[in-house]
Amino acid sequence: MNDTQIVTDNYKYGFNKPENYVFKSKRGLNLSVVEQISSMKNEPEWMREFRMRALSIFESKKMPAWGADLSTINFENIFYYIKPTDNQKKNWRDLPKEIKDTYDAIGIPEAERKFLAGVTAQYESEAVYHSFQKQWEEKGVIFCDMDTGLRKYPDIVKSCFGRSIPPADNKFAALNSAVWSGGSFIYVPPGVSVDIPLQAYFRINAANMGQFERTLIIVDEGAYVHYVEGCTAPVYSTDSLHAAVVEIFVKRGARCRYTTIQNWSSNVYNLVTKRAFVEEDGIMEWVDGNIGSKITMKYPSCYLTGRGARGEILSLALANQNQHQDAGGKLMFLAPDTSGEIISKSVSVNGGRTSYRGLVKAIRGAKGVKCNVRCDALILDEKSRSDTYPTMQVDEPDITMGHEASVSKIGEEQLFYLMSRGLTEVEATSLIVNGFIEPIVKELPLEYAVELNRLIQLNMEGSVG
Amino acid sequence: MLSCKNLKASIEGKKILKGASLEVNPGELHVLMGPNGSGKSTLAQVIAGHPSYKIESGELRFEISKINKLTPDKRAKLGIFLAFQHPVEIPGVSMFNVLRKARHSTNGKIKSASLFRNSVANFRSDLIGYAKELKLGEEFIRRSLNEGFSGGEKKRSEILQMMALEPKLVILDEIDSGLDVDGLKIVATAVKKYTRSNPQSSVLLITHYARILKYLKPDFVHIMMDGKIIKSGKANLAKQIEEKGYQKMGREVQYYDRV
Repeated sequence: MNDTQIVTDNYKYGFNKPENYVFKSKRGLNLSVVEQISSMKNEPEWMREFRMRALSIFESKKMPAWGADLSTINFENIFYYIKPTDNQKKNWRDLPKEIKDTYDAIGIPEAERKFLAGVTAQYESEAVYHSFQKQWEEKGVIFCDMDTGLRKYPDIVKSCFGRSIPPADNKFAALNSAVWSGGSFIYVPPGVSVDIPLQAYFRINAANMGQFERTLIIVDEGAYVHYVEGCTAPVYSTDSLHAAVVEIFVKRGARCRYTTIQNWSSNVYNLVTKRAFVEEDGIMEWVDGNIGSKITMKYPSCYLTGRGARGEILSLALANQNQHQDAGGKLMFLAPDTSGEIISKSVSVNGGRTSYRGLVKAIRGAKGVKCNVRCDALILDEKSRSDTYPTMQVDEPDITMGHEASVSKIGEEQLFYLMSRGLTEVEATSLIVNGFIEPIVKELPLEYAVELNRLIQLNMEGSVG
Repeated sequence: MLSCKNLKASIEGKKILKGASLEVNPGELHVLMGPNGSGKSTLAQVIAGHPSYKIESGELRFEISKINKLTPDKRAKLGIFLAFQHPVEIPGVSMFNVLRKARHSTNGKIKSASLFRNSVANFRSDLIGYAKELKLGEEFIRRSLNEGFSGGEKKRSEILQMMALEPKLVILDEIDSGLDVDGLKIVATAVKKYTRSNPQSSVLLITHYARILKYLKPDFVHIMMDGKIIKSGKANLAKQIEEKGYQKMGREVQYYDRV
């Protein structure tokens, strides 16, 4: 137990493959880079203008100073666009060998065989592989990468793109809007229930390369979809930036669940804006797990615009040495009889830092709102830290609002009890941590839950003793 | 099997054990009695290796090893099991998970060969069998350990863990407190059955009351007062305690010591 190795130096997926690109933009960001991206992709004029406008908003906005420390991001040292291969490959066989090797190493084919309905795997800035089960196509479900979506379904995309998260929302949403590439586009027609989760894997694999994927999901009336996104990334010595935007529209009576397990390597800035608009009787569920990255700032939000709409946010954060997970959620009650819940569980270890940041807002007239917020923090040692920043803005008296928060340490008595059964200190600590996050883990697809339990043990091995 | 020689131990500088000595041989059932605060539970925790207690002097041996400095998990692997007076709640962690990990962890180290040759499925059905013997529902092995258990359920769940781990030395710290008559009988019967089928295993039973001795016949009874074992004897010593009370017994011991 004297082993003081730090897991972050020994990252499980810390390998990288030789780079083999068709096109790589210059470092740094300016008008010509943005124009180049747009023209490489053959985009319609409105998208080119959208990008240009977003760039000027990005340049005019200050860095956010209210959250984690972002002062070491150097925007001039980042590649904003890399195109890995000429065309989209239609099937697995046609993929270049080193890309396949990378996927083999993180187990995508296995996962696909067993669990997946379709895979959109993003390698660098563009989705290079995309398979989709015929059954969903026949029902009219669209699941493709965002660039393809823009090309093939321009009307749907144009009507929704940037409508829930406009470029001016925040500096990183503006950045994404200017240089976005890849991500997923999903449309589920009315009444269609997609009962196998749709999954996508994202991966950063080039030094100093930004990932700016853009996801748009539209769940039409009475439809259901569960989208799962998991990230693993190799280690690089220089910092990487990941600034994604996810926009979701849940129409009347529809339901959408969006599950993320984020496990970026410990040099990545992960600054993501996620927002869902939920209409009458619709349900939006965010399950958001943050294990990796250097700094994460992410607050999935639900704008409950129709009567009876419901939003649920389950947030999980694990911060090890040199990590700051600033996570939480936002619930906006904008109509009567809406309801929602935020459950946050955070674990900080080995000097790591977690922050819960939440906003609950109910406008005047949103009568009968029911809201519950619960945030629990577990701190494993004296070096680690956890903070809570809950904000409530309630302009309507007729609502029910609950808020509970707890901060705990692993008790000596709990450890002694488990060790007296024959468990080592690492095993006992891992079990207690896994027990603490269990209410969220049980909501994850099985293979993610299994991997997460393994990651927790890996993290504890470097910290106990 | 277990040998405590002149054990002195303290917690946060406060001396609790002031020279306790105790010998337990294979297959014996020892009962440790004494008033509140006399150090009975401390002795149990010191034997199991609680990190808050500091052994100032004396020797703690289990079989051939000196165990003074071993961590609790290593002691468990040697075959020491402590049934807690106040079992600790572990939210989100099931008994099944703990015992499966413990079994994996102790693989080949303690004597429970029957457990190790079984698959996970067999292990589960073993646990369910033990739960039934203790009149606990099947769901007990899946529920969060000790969370929301009643007092009696907690005690029975400790015994279930004993049955699953098959230790050589079973320390039962006030297993009878908080149990009603039926619960007491269930627990005592299970312990008795365990010692019958594991004749080399020994039991150290810590209790305030003689009522559990109706079911479990002790080979030796010890009285502990003020951090020391002041008197040891056979089963009839328990009866004397019932009749006279600890204070009187204590005074007698002091008197005879002086004489």
